[in-house]
Amino acid sequence: MSYTLHHPKWHRDSKPIFWWILRWAYIRFIFRELTSVAIAYFAVLLVLIYRAVQSGPEAYAALMGSLAHPVMITISLFALGAVLYHSITWFNLSPKAMVVRLGRFRVPDLMIAGGNYAAWFVISGIIAWAYVTG
Amino acid sequence: MPNITLEVQRYLPEYGEEPMFQEYEVPLREDWVVLDALNHIKDHIDGTLSYRWSCRMGVCGSCGMMINGTPVLSCAAFLTSYAPGPIRIEPMAHFPVVRDLVVDVTDFVDKLKAVKPWVIRETEKPLAEGEFRQTPEELDDFKQFSMCINCMLCYSACPVYGLEKEFTGPAALALAQRYNKDNRDEGNDERMQHLSNDEGIWACTMVGECSEVCPKHVDPAGAIQQYKLAGAADWWKSLITRKGT
Repeated sequence: MSYTLHHPKWHRDSKPIFWWILRWAYIRFIFRELTSVAIAYFAVLLVLIYRAVQSGPEAYAALMGSLAHPVMITISLFALGAVLYHSITWFNLSPKAMVVRLGRFRVPDLMIAGGNYAAWFVISGIIAWAYVTG
Repeated sequence: MPNITLEVQRYLPEYGEEPMFQEYEVPLREDWVVLDALNHIKDHIDGTLSYRWSCRMGVCGSCGMMINGTPVLSCAAFLTSYAPGPIRIEPMAHFPVVRDLVVDVTDFVDKLKAVKPWVIRETEKPLAEGEFRQTPEELDDFKQFSMCINCMLCYSACPVYGLEKEFTGPAALALAQRYNKDNRDEGNDERMQHLSNDEGIWACTMVGECSEVCPKHVDPAGAIQQYKLAGAADWWKSLITRKGT
């Protein structure tokens, strides 16, 4: 940084480690960042399920058995809530990043977010349908 | 008339290393903003108090400070909003303090200059060809971002800038985007090369407080997210072009 030489005694505040508890908006931000851990949890779970399927019915049944434990169910429900919060806040932010114009018409924010939600529901529906019928 | 207490942070480098708070009692007038109260202190109570101000009408962006922990323009903060007080007044966060409420803004000015906030043309259009024409829709694309008054409140609200001084910061990025979206400008690639990195657009973690505190509703957070989308599209394009060759 190229500061002038005329003020050698500036006061510089250092950011405290718990800076994020000073404002509600910062707490909400940190909480949202932490929900990424839940996304990582489901990603790892997906890899484990894939490996178990590849290893055969016994490995798959063992994994399903361990996931049925009340502690794992509680963790998964908690993670599901965190992932839903992360996804909803993500889709709500999407109009901020996307400015869509159709000729002279600017697509309203609600339609952009709505489109994201629609895609989310359709893709989730297809996966659920494939799982149920497969 | 009732009074209200102002707790003002004083930093007098010639007397001590650490800042301290000094209390002043000022009249709680309905038509006074915090800046009026500071002017009252300066004129009638303590002439040594230092702070910046100029227009008194939310245009110059000089009188930003932390009022009860939130970065605001002191000319737009009515005393009655904080009654019964006390009101805690500190210099803008994340900037080095020169004296009392005066901060050094050189870092912001350097960063602003680096994003080239002006219309860049590859070749200048001769005057004989007339003016650049712009439709209301084209103007609408960047008008919001052009409202920035460089008050730097967004830098004080941004924890990323507080933690990583290399971050270009909200206002400079919003102003870069203001010119990127201007159809007269041809400097998008030049700015992208400078800003599509860990110190530029990708350092923003979208806390969103920059937009909350902006007195002109510029929405720097929105500008940066749009910039990120353009940056990602550019990256994909370059990847495809490289593979195609």
